[in-house]
Amino acid sequence: MSDPQRGREVVVTGFGAVTPLGVGAGVLHERAVAGDTAPAGSHPAVRHADFTAGDHLPRNLVRRTDRFTQLALVAAEEALTRAGHRAGAPSPWLPERVACVIGCGLGGTASFEAQREVYEKEGAGFVSPLMIPQMMANAAAAHLSMRHGFRGESLCVASACSSGAQAVGTGMRLLASGAADAVVVGGAEASSSDLVAASFANAGALSPSGSSRPFDRDRDGFVIGEGAGILVLETAAGAARRGAEALGAVRGYAATSDAHHVTAPAPDGGPAARAVTLALREASVAPGELAYVNAHGTGTALNDRLECEALRQALGADVLAELPLSSGKGALGHLFGAAGAVEAVATLQALRHGVAPPTAGLRHPDPALGPLDLVRAARKLTTRARTGVLYGLSTSFGFGGHNAALVLAVEGRS
Amino acid sequence: MSETSATSTTPDRAAIEQFITDALVELGVDEGDVLPGAALDDLEIDSLDMVELAQSVKRDLGVPVRTKDFDGIETVGQILELCYRKAGVE
Repeated sequence: MSDPQRGREVVVTGFGAVTPLGVGAGVLHERAVAGDTAPAGSHPAVRHADFTAGDHLPRNLVRRTDRFTQLALVAAEEALTRAGHRAGAPSPWLPERVACVIGCGLGGTASFEAQREVYEKEGAGFVSPLMIPQMMANAAAAHLSMRHGFRGESLCVASACSSGAQAVGTGMRLLASGAADAVVVGGAEASSSDLVAASFANAGALSPSGSSRPFDRDRDGFVIGEGAGILVLETAAGAARRGAEALGAVRGYAATSDAHHVTAPAPDGGPAARAVTLALREASVAPGELAYVNAHGTGTALNDRLECEALRQALGADVLAELPLSSGKGALGHLFGAAGAVEAVATLQALRHGVAPPTAGLRHPDPALGPLDLVRAARKLTTRARTGVLYGLSTSFGFGGHNAALVLAVEGRS
Repeated sequence: MSETSATSTTPDRAAIEQFITDALVELGVDEGDVLPGAALDDLEIDSLDMVELAQSVKRDLGVPVRTKDFDGIETVGQILELCYRKAGVE
C-alpha cells in the first residue's frame, strides 16, 4: 500500500442489505444465485421485505421512524458490524470523521398517507407531530447519525431510482475531499402502497401482469420492491492503518443527466453511455476487463432497450455480446432509491463469491435487444484483467433523467 | 397508540392510570419504570411524545385535554393529576 494512488483508493469495509429476499447481504446473494423470486405482497405488483422492525430495533425508535428508515438502520447495523463498529465497543473512527449519505427516492410516503387519513377522519388536531420527521427523505441518514453518534456530514441524495448509486458516489467524493475518514452510504425505500402503485401503473411503468421479466420479449414493466442497501467506505490507506480488511473496492463512479424528459430515457442512450464511460475511466478499467454487469434492468420495454443501447455504445458491441449481464429486479422488484445501493451490494457479493446471479423471471430473451450474454442460471465469474482483479459494473437510472454508474472490484482469489 | 379504555363515559382513576401506563409503554417506556415520581426526561419522553399522548388521551380516553395543558409537566404523577382533574375525578 506504499503506492499513494492505491492508498487513495476507496475500499469497502462493510456492507449490509435488507431486501424482499430477506434480512442480510448473505441471503440476498444465496437466494439470488438460486434463482429465487420474492412473492407478491399487498398488491400483485409489490414485493415486500419479510421484516418486522420491532425484531431489530427498540420500540421508541420504531414508532418514531418510517419503514424506509428502519430498513436502513438494520442494513447499516450489518454493514457497520462487518466493518468493526459494534455497539458498546470503542468505535474504530472519530465520530466527527464519519459521514452518512443515504439515498431515498420518495421518502416516508406510508407515514404521510396514514396521517392524511387521520387528518380527514379525525381532524387536524389529531395529526401526529411525528409525521414530518418520519416522512422527510433525510430521516434515514439522520437516524443513522443519531443511533451511532456519527457527527460528520449527513444527508439524503434524492435522484429517484439512481439515488442509491449517487449516494455511494457522493460518499466517495466526501472521502476523496478529505472531509471524512469513513462514509456510511447507501439507499432505502419503502413506498409500496396502492396509491404509489396506481401512479406508476398509470405512467405505464408498472407490470400489469404483476411479474418482473427484465430483458424478456414479454416484459411489461417493473414490480415494486422495498429495502435498503448500505456500504461502509474508507480509503485503502485508512482501512490499512486500522487493520480493517478491504472486502472490495469502488474504483469508479460517474453520473450524468439526460436533459430530456421527466420519465422517458433519452432516445439515443447517449448520456447513460457517457456515465458508464466516465466511471470506467475513473476506475482505469477497459470495457474488456469487466467480468460482470449488474444492469439497472427494470423490465420496462423502454428501459431495457435503451440500457442495452447505452451499454453497447459505452462498452462496444463485441465486448457486450460476451459480458455476463443480469438484473436483480426480477427477483427483488424495483427498490427505487434503494436499488442502486442494493445492487452495488449484490455486485460486490457476485464478485466476492465469483458467481453472478441470474435474472429471475427471464424466459424468452428479447432478440430485439441485440447480442447479449444474459445470465439465466448462476454463472461462475472469471477475471478478464491481467491483474487478476474481478471488475463489475452496476448501472442505475432514475426518473428525471439521472444516470449513474459504479465500477466495483474484488481482488482475484487464487 | 393504545385504544384500550375507549369509552363515552367518564373514566375513573384506575382506568386513567391504566390508560396512561399503557400509553407510556406504547411510547417505549418499560412498564416497571412508570411510577408517579418518574421524570419524563429520564423516561426519554420528549415534547413530540407528549403531543401524541395528549391526542390519545382526548381521542381514546375521552378526557377533554388540550395539547397545551401538558406544557410544564415533568413527571408521570403530574400527567395523572392533570387527567384526573380534566375528567373530574380528583
